[in-house]
Amino acid sequence: MPGSVRKLARLGFRRLGVVLAVLWGAATIAFIAVKLIPGDPVSVLTGGENVVDEAERAVLIQQYGLDQPLIVQYAHYLGNALIGNFGQSYQYRQPVAEVIFEAAVPTLQLAGCAIVLALCLAVSSALATAGRRKGLRVALSGLELVLLSTPVYWIGIVLLTLFSFQLQWFPVTGGEGAAALVLPSVALSLPLAALLGQVLRDGLEEALSQPFALTVRARGVGETALRIRHGLRHAALAASTLTGTLLAGVLSGSILTETVFGRSGIGQITLQAIKTRDMPLVLGLVMLSALVFVIVNLLVDALYVVIDPRLRRTAP
Amino acid sequence: MSGEELLQGTAPHSVRGGHRHPWRAPGLLLPLAFVVLLGFAVCAPHWFTALEPDAVDTGTILLPPGPSHWFGTDQLGRDLFSRVVYGTSQSLSIGIGATLVACIGGILLGTAAALAPAAISRPLVRVIDILLAFPELLLALLVIAVLGRGPMNTLLAVGLSSIAGYARLVRSQVLQVKLSGYVEHAVTLGEHPWSVITRHIVPNTTRPLLILATIGVGGSVLSASSLSFLGLGVVPPAAEWGALLADGRNFLDIAPWVSLLPATVVAVSVIAITLLGRRLQTLLARGDVP
Repeated sequence: MPGSVRKLARLGFRRLGVVLAVLWGAATIAFIAVKLIPGDPVSVLTGGENVVDEAERAVLIQQYGLDQPLIVQYAHYLGNALIGNFGQSYQYRQPVAEVIFEAAVPTLQLAGCAIVLALCLAVSSALATAGRRKGLRVALSGLELVLLSTPVYWIGIVLLTLFSFQLQWFPVTGGEGAAALVLPSVALSLPLAALLGQVLRDGLEEALSQPFALTVRARGVGETALRIRHGLRHAALAASTLTGTLLAGVLSGSILTETVFGRSGIGQITLQAIKTRDMPLVLGLVMLSALVFVIVNLLVDALYVVIDPRLRRTAP
Repeated sequence: MSGEELLQGTAPHSVRGGHRHPWRAPGLLLPLAFVVLLGFAVCAPHWFTALEPDAVDTGTILLPPGPSHWFGTDQLGRDLFSRVVYGTSQSLSIGIGATLVACIGGILLGTAAALAPAAISRPLVRVIDILLAFPELLLALLVIAVLGRGPMNTLLAVGLSSIAGYARLVRSQVLQVKLSGYVEHAVTLGEHPWSVITRHIVPNTTRPLLILATIGVGGSVLSASSLSFLGLGVVPPAAEWGALLADGRNFLDIAPWVSLLPATVVAVSVIAITLLGRRLQTLLARGDVP
């Protein structure tokens, strides 16, 4: 059907437009913010002290394009950003993309473990307590509320004090090995699990109160099968609206978790970049954050179709 | 309204009200009591402790919690409990101030995004969307990078970074209120658009905003302490909560209480404020509050 194809193409173009608009907006806001930062970029380049003479200074300024008018710098920056080039980091003297790529590995490990752990915790707590086991349900939702308002670093410090310093089960700092990943992942995952658990339980209870649940029960399907095969799908739909909040939780949580546990990663280079006013790196990191947000949202939209078969039958 | 609707509207209410007055539930009273306690710690910190928060004593360095020092002492021998008590005012004023900044910014941005002509409101909605795409902590860090550290800048960073959420709420509320009868009435009577906005539309968005702001104060205290913890908030000699626990991070192996106890105070305060906000939210939703 050419009509529906055209419709789909138009939808795709509009979605692409929104993506580009978000990225462009993020790039512009970051550029303005970075240009507002007081201080002399050359002093950052040379390690904080103005020890270089005038000639060397001029070379550096020209090399990093700081002598051009702002609008030219902006156009240059946008053009380069389009092809993934964010220039040289002032602090590391390496391309920004390289610095970010290196730091992304430990952060992805941490975030990946934390997300998987949070999903497992949230799903099992929701499956076990939605609409039954009143005592456990009250206890778990109380715990969820506490975890949601607790600072991530507090959980980290408690875990570190208890399991690393007192019991000495896990290494205190460092980013090597699986053992060093356990405590940070737990610390990062608990607030996420709390948020997800709340929404999943609500979604599951809502689904189980609908007529289809009665039909399935009447067919003789067991309660566990009903919850896992039929209820969870509905709960997942409700939970997927939280993607943005969860993603923000992962990103800011990993900055805090990496600081508590002394891990290297995106959070650490973000802090360093802001402390040392490493503008190209700050810009690159902001764009990375926007890009991750956009990509994850697109993935979630695709996931809707997988989760909800109704969307497949009626073309959008 | 038909009889059936009336029944549905009132019946559950009377059943719930039968046992205990909703205002006397422990879920409301306990957090309220703690928040009142925090209020006293702000107004009269000397009621809680006789010790000076900044009195350095080399004889009492890193003492564990005990009867003379409830929270122990820090690396300079200062009494940690009195530092936490005296730090309350700074932490809470940053939290409340930041929420005010976010509310005012949110009202301005949200109302403009709802009522301005499309040429202005559409880009504004996009800006709100883009801001929402960033984690608040990252935005706050950017603001700190521009403004520098310090209590006032922490307040601004936390406030500015959370404007987008408030703006979204205000915008959706304004869009709802705009369609209501009394606004139409005021417009028909020839009231000036500004007066319609300031006298009818904005006041009617305050109720949900107030709830979000109550919960938001907790979030702001949390964000401010996170910034200090990362070394980008309030500068250490001040007794702000986040600065206190950031100080103690270096002694976690020999004196875990220096970090743990202030962090616990932050956690309990935020939980109390959040619970209070949520409780108010359910009470408002049920219509128990006039």
